[in-house]
Amino acid sequence: MTPHAPTQGSTIIRVCTGSGCAMNGSLEVADAFEAAIAQAGANDSVRVVRTGCHGMCGSGPIVTVAPDGVFYPKVTLDRVTRIVERLVADGGYVSEFLFRPAEDAEPIVHYADVPFNAAQRRIVLRRCGVVDPEDIDDALALGAYDGLRKALETLDPDSLIEQVKASGLRGRGGAGFLTGQKWRFTRDASGEVKYVICNADEGDPGAFMDRSVIESDPHSVLEGMAIAAYAIGAHEGYVYVRAEYPLAVKRLRIAIAQAEEKGFLGEDILGSGFCFEVKVREGAGAFVCGEETALIASIEGKRGMPKVRPPFPATSGLWGKPTCINNVETLANIAWIVVEGAEAYASIGTGDSKGTKVFALTGKVRYSGLVEVPMGMTVRDLVYGIGGGCAEGRDCKAVQIGGPSGGCLPFELLDTLIEYEALTEVGAIVGSGGMVVVDHETCMVDFARYFLTFTQEESCGKCIPCRIGTKRMLEIVTRITEGEGQEGDIEKLEKLARDVKNASLCGLGQTAPNPMLTTIHYFREEYEEHIRSRYCRAGACTALSHYVIDAGLCKGCAVCKKHCPVGAIWGELKQPHTISAERCIKCGACVEHCPFNAIKRV
Amino acid sequence: MTDQCTCGDAHTTSKVDLTPIEPVLERYADDPGGLIPVLQETQKLYGYLPKEALRAIAGVRCIPFSSVYGVATFYSQFHLRQRGDKVVRVCHGTACHVLGAPEVTRAVVEELGIKIGETTEDLAFTLESVACVGCCGLAPVMLVDGQTYGQLDIVEARRIAATLREEVAAERGAASSLANEGDPA
Ligand SMILES: Cc1cc2nc3c(=O)[nH]c(=O)nc-3n(C[C@H](O)[C@H](O)[C@H](O)COP(=O)(O)O)c2cc1C
Ligand code: FES
Repeated sequence: MTPHAPTQGSTIIRVCTGSGCAMNGSLEVADAFEAAIAQAGANDSVRVVRTGCHGMCGSGPIVTVAPDGVFYPKVTLDRVTRIVERLVADGGYVSEFLFRPAEDAEPIVHYADVPFNAAQRRIVLRRCGVVDPEDIDDALALGAYDGLRKALETLDPDSLIEQVKASGLRGRGGAGFLTGQKWRFTRDASGEVKYVICNADEGDPGAFMDRSVIESDPHSVLEGMAIAAYAIGAHEGYVYVRAEYPLAVKRLRIAIAQAEEKGFLGEDILGSGFCFEVKVREGAGAFVCGEETALIASIEGKRGMPKVRPPFPATSGLWGKPTCINNVETLANIAWIVVEGAEAYASIGTGDSKGTKVFALTGKVRYSGLVEVPMGMTVRDLVYGIGGGCAEGRDCKAVQIGGPSGGCLPFELLDTLIEYEALTEVGAIVGSGGMVVVDHETCMVDFARYFLTFTQEESCGKCIPCRIGTKRMLEIVTRITEGEGQEGDIEKLEKLARDVKNASLCGLGQTAPNPMLTTIHYFREEYEEHIRSRYCRAGACTALSHYVIDAGLCKGCAVCKKHCPVGAIWGELKQPHTISAERCIKCGACVEHCPFNAIKRV
Repeated sequence: MTDQCTCGDAHTTSKVDLTPIEPVLERYADDPGGLIPVLQETQKLYGYLPKEALRAIAGVRCIPFSSVYGVATFYSQFHLRQRGDKVVRVCHGTACHVLGAPEVTRAVVEELGIKIGETTEDLAFTLESVACVGCCGLAPVMLVDGQTYGQLDIVEARRIAATLREEVAAERGAASSLANEGDPA
């Protein structure tokens, strides 16, 4: 099964209609393609498929043309006619619209050869960007539900669980628990009624792989759920989707209806006698509801507060019944494992980290987007090889992996392998897969403050260490960024962090100090500069920086003077101007309006 | 226990027409976990959760008002006050943060004249922050109702906010005072 392979010998123009590309006008582009094809009288030989996300969101709207796999980034309406004309005339492509790694570089014709794609290994994302997510036939043509069929026809639940165990697949929701083991526990738990829950709450701000999978290939998740249900003996399942993802909810509902109609969900699935029904629950905006016990409370209609474990959901979950809760990406792997075999999966990756992992590569990186790589790759290969390094050719300063529960790796540690153990050793985590690249413009103290603000706001308040501990840490870090830091603050933070980690009830509090701790560990001198010298080297902390006009660049046009709301700028026309640090309120209006980029924050 | 409430509202005479939520309550009557979907659909109907509706929900589902209130205030999606015609949400996720969400926010705050979490007095705008909308590849991002705007900078954010103000002003008619104010200088 190769993606972008021809279906029935016809030419297919695939237009990405994922959230990112849609924002850049891809829906109109898809319509325009259809119109242009009709205009050219090529309706019989060329068709348009509206796909989900490809991952290369920064280069959208993205268009690929099968069977050859020609790739056009940033396709605007005015390019459509020429692409179609050329295609219909002789099956060729328009070279000036092709992807170029640099302005003067040779164009790259094929999708698979673009550096962003070349090093990827797509299992979870196998059909993302290829099939129309609202058309089950498209997914079926590329193998959807083959895994479910194989499981029902050839495997009993126990050997199925053994397969999943042998694959080495670990949960992709953050904790990295062995999936087969979790299924075993749930199957062995006593009780007639059991549930499967798909965790699509995706709370890590800066991660969007679960959203993309559901929006682009919802059947891979539903199939994984059905296989899980068969394995553990459940007949009812829920997908708990984050409130901010309306398109994912819509596509999931369509997919469920289509799968029921075709007999992949519902009563007597594929004539096996096995029944399984899936319901969708929308979250209501609480990060902590990604935690499994809180999520269950939320499905039960309560405040989403975590509970002490044990009992684990595997023995007592939804409505007190044994419940298997898995992440979207975990489930999207399952059908592939069943079809291709546990060995094939276990042959990818390293030691205790098997298979692939999807990362949301974002921040100050040239090509941001979703990437799926084999475990065991280095962070550097991902950021530089696939992501093209930092924007504008600068060195990246750090890579934050794992969001509010994860940590910051400094540039020197980018050769760390992407593995559960290796990343934990250096203070980061694989986590859900958020990977944010930052450069010298990001202040590491402010970055720590950012994450603490998030966790403090999202702390549910049930346990005291998390509720009050995050608040106190945030207060201290905030005062450091405001130039009010005191000697001993760093040590105080370290002690508080230890206490919060050890004493909190759930993973939120237990990991909340991580982003701060790693920045203290690797960038301690930045904290010290803030405290002792009232200096922020990134120029990001407003209270510690001021604006200056570069006399060499200033043309004396007086635009800044006109826009300064407090009259802090003076100077003769056509002469370099100056800013009074005393009067300046640091609103940034001058920077915004200076036509010569002569004003800098230092 | 008497249903004596201390909120100070006169809720003997309900100002809110509660008939639209009856079918919703009916639909989830047998679903023990139905409270959150009921609240979500109620909010869709009114744009927020009127206190009268919360009371009715508590009554019909036979749960204490305090429980309904507890759930409604736990989740950030629920709003107990009326909101603006246009809801502007600036993403404060990590990707957006490092690519300039704070500056973008400052620009929008200035342009709309309200802080994050506030609604303009004329109920034209509500400004909120959101932790990631899943368009991190196009950060920084801002949502206005269903529409997403990406790869923003200060200038673009200001322009969008100004356009929105003009739109609202036009919708509400040139006679209102807001229309004059909405003209950018
Ligand atoms: C604060 C917190 C937030 C979490 N958020 C998510 C989430 O958004 N998505 C997710 O799949 N798991 C999340 N988890 C992990 C879940 O509790 C659980 O481990 C996971 O859903 C299990 O699925 P897996 O074994 O397939 O990874 C979160 C955990 C904590 C403590
Ligand atoms: S961080 Fe803003 S969209 Fe994800």
